[in-house]
Amino acid sequence: MTTVTSPVRAARGPRPSVPAVPARVRRSSLRKRLELTLLLGPALLLFAGFVLVPIGIAAFYSLFNWNGFGALDDFVGFDNYADAFTGSVFQGAIGHNLIIAGLSIVVQLPLSIGLALLLNRKLRGRAVLRALVFAPYVLSEAITAVIWLLMLQPGGFMDQLLKGVGLGGLIHQWVADPGLVLYTLFAVITWKYIGFGIILLLAGLQGVPAELREAAALDGASAWQTTRHVVLPLLGPTIRIWVFLSVIGSLQLFDLVWIMTLGGPANASTTMATYLIDHGFKRYEFGFGSAVAVILFVICFVFALLYQRFALRRDTEGALTRMVG
Amino acid sequence: MFVKRRIPVLAALAAVVPLALAACSGGSDTAAQPSGPVTLTWWHNGTTDPLKGIWEQVVADYHQAHPDVTIKAQPLQNEEFPTKIPLALQSNDPPDVYQAWGGGEMASQVTSGKVADISDATKPWISGAGKLAADWQADGKQYGVPFEQHIVGFWYRKDLFTQAGVTTPPSTMDELNTAVAKLKTAGLAPIAVGGKDRWPDAFYYNYFAVRECSSDVLKQSVKAVKLEDPCWTKAGQDLKSFLATQPFQTGFAGTAAQQGAGSSAGLVANGKAAMELQGDWEPGTMSSLTDDEQLDSKIGWFPFPAVPGGAGDPAAALAGGDGFSCTTRASKACADFLQYLGSEPVQTKIAAAGAGLPVNTAAAKSLKTDTLKTVFDYGQKAPYLQMYFDKAFPTAVGAALNDAVANLFAGQGTPEGIVTAVNQAAAGNK
Repeated sequence: MTTVTSPVRAARGPRPSVPAVPARVRRSSLRKRLELTLLLGPALLLFAGFVLVPIGIAAFYSLFNWNGFGALDDFVGFDNYADAFTGSVFQGAIGHNLIIAGLSIVVQLPLSIGLALLLNRKLRGRAVLRALVFAPYVLSEAITAVIWLLMLQPGGFMDQLLKGVGLGGLIHQWVADPGLVLYTLFAVITWKYIGFGIILLLAGLQGVPAELREAAALDGASAWQTTRHVVLPLLGPTIRIWVFLSVIGSLQLFDLVWIMTLGGPANASTTMATYLIDHGFKRYEFGFGSAVAVILFVICFVFALLYQRFALRRDTEGALTRMVG
Repeated sequence: MFVKRRIPVLAALAAVVPLALAACSGGSDTAAQPSGPVTLTWWHNGTTDPLKGIWEQVVADYHQAHPDVTIKAQPLQNEEFPTKIPLALQSNDPPDVYQAWGGGEMASQVTSGKVADISDATKPWISGAGKLAADWQADGKQYGVPFEQHIVGFWYRKDLFTQAGVTTPPSTMDELNTAVAKLKTAGLAPIAVGGKDRWPDAFYYNYFAVRECSSDVLKQSVKAVKLEDPCWTKAGQDLKSFLATQPFQTGFAGTAAQQGAGSSAGLVANGKAAMELQGDWEPGTMSSLTDDEQLDSKIGWFPFPAVPGGAGDPAAALAGGDGFSCTTRASKACADFLQYLGSEPVQTKIAAAGAGLPVNTAAAKSLKTDTLKTVFDYGQKAPYLQMYFDKAFPTAVGAALNDAVANLFAGQGTPEGIVTAVNQAAAGNK
């Protein structure tokens, strides 16, 4: 607060008796407005044109039964929303998104933290290991999906590998078994995104002062105690951001699923986004598809707001909450 | 201040959108046809050879023969059409000629008011485009013309059939079941199916329906978008019993139809499976998925077997085609161009390059292999060609049918469930 107001006060301060001050203030505030307009204007215009307006249009379309051609003349109110929520496939899709989000937090987070702690130690070949772990994240989702699809084919690389190490009994129909396919996809997602979590957490670990660890060690804390009570709490902001990104990513999951399974078999891996494309575009149900898009948007938006409000607030406090004044 | 200044912009945008919508939804009146030189924009899916080269040649040849007409071709990926066509038909500047697959999808596109009724322009020559041209009609009006036709049937490997002791291609379901059993005993995957893509699954249900239902029932049901005759359920039951024999490769529910050596086409091409129910495009797809130069000689074709007791003609065929529709701006020039695409020189190029089965019978003699000639003749002799249902029905209904059949393949749902799914989708339920 003080940092924001002090320049103004400083500008006003030194020459209180000069009558021209009000004009200067006016000019400086005009200049400030001009700067704001110039700097923010284009971005806001783009944001409005390519984000806000399309959202509004989608919300408008979602109230119609519309096949994408001709006039919007079949107003159905909220029927599309009711149809989506009562349909078993869409319910399943929401469930699949939630399972992926839940699994990410339960499985990927501990795994990322563990690996980040390992890679933060001084060990031979650390740079190479870090690069290796991060490599999958650099691949596009499409390429990841194609690579894994090839490896997971019946009799493909994965099956051969399992057979080769004597675990032939573990061979499954990875993408063809409706009971298994979602977990197969989750494993691939983990492979791809674990590197991102690790890099994020490694960056967070650099922010943990060595003095604190030393002090803990001097006080007789074991390595585990130091990690648990000193390092992890200080990683809190990083972990909270990771959880946020991970949940949003899980809710919007599309590319990987679309390429590997198209949401099948028998809708066992349908996500909200694949359902949206399947019904909106492939079936020419643009009104209904818009309703699904709005639902997906609202779910993500509400989650983001709540998460910002309750989980991220202490991390962003001061940075976001006070500047505005 | 900046907030104040932006508000008018937002308001302006908000005001523009409904205007744009209004502009998009109106304008179905047929404008006067342009006179003098005309440029036709042409959206087709020939992004790869042989079609790519053929269309380039067609553009050049047509301009030479008709100096007044310039064709601006724009190849698009096949998968882009479902998203780009609706947007284009909402705009004021749709392509003049665009690839269309007839049936219910085309009927949906017609409701945009931008697709031209070319009944009058095509009347003199449409009979030359074959029986299939009827599938490019909606409400009795011609909205497009096919340039190639597709016939679905079983593609099989002669070498694997011999290996398993199957001497003649099966002509009844019993014989097919016996062949499947023999192939299994020989340790071979009898049939490959691209279950991931769903439409290959649907071919089985489609064909069982064509065998179980009379052509009158088929026509009437497609027209009414309602499955009422018990033959539709019977087709589902036939499919269920067939699935119970487990004729497909391991993990078929996750297999793609056409991508990579592990796809169903790739499995047959590389001798990992003995047969596949697919369209006439199969040899072309297979040859790109294997190094086997002798593939054509190893591959044979037989029609979908007869189903005992079925009301359908055992010679009726499941079919479809690729075609083009015109939009209203230059529909006359477009129709003339479509006539050229159906002419013998172009049709011969298509047939000779193995791009597809020609619609023009005069071009059939140029087909690359005897097998393809067999397929073509089967289509010619068929008393009835049923367009694949996912294309014949409105898109939402067709997709619901494919999904329901794919569920049955995955061991879920019932034969009755397929009929219910179609009727529900037709009633507008999601």
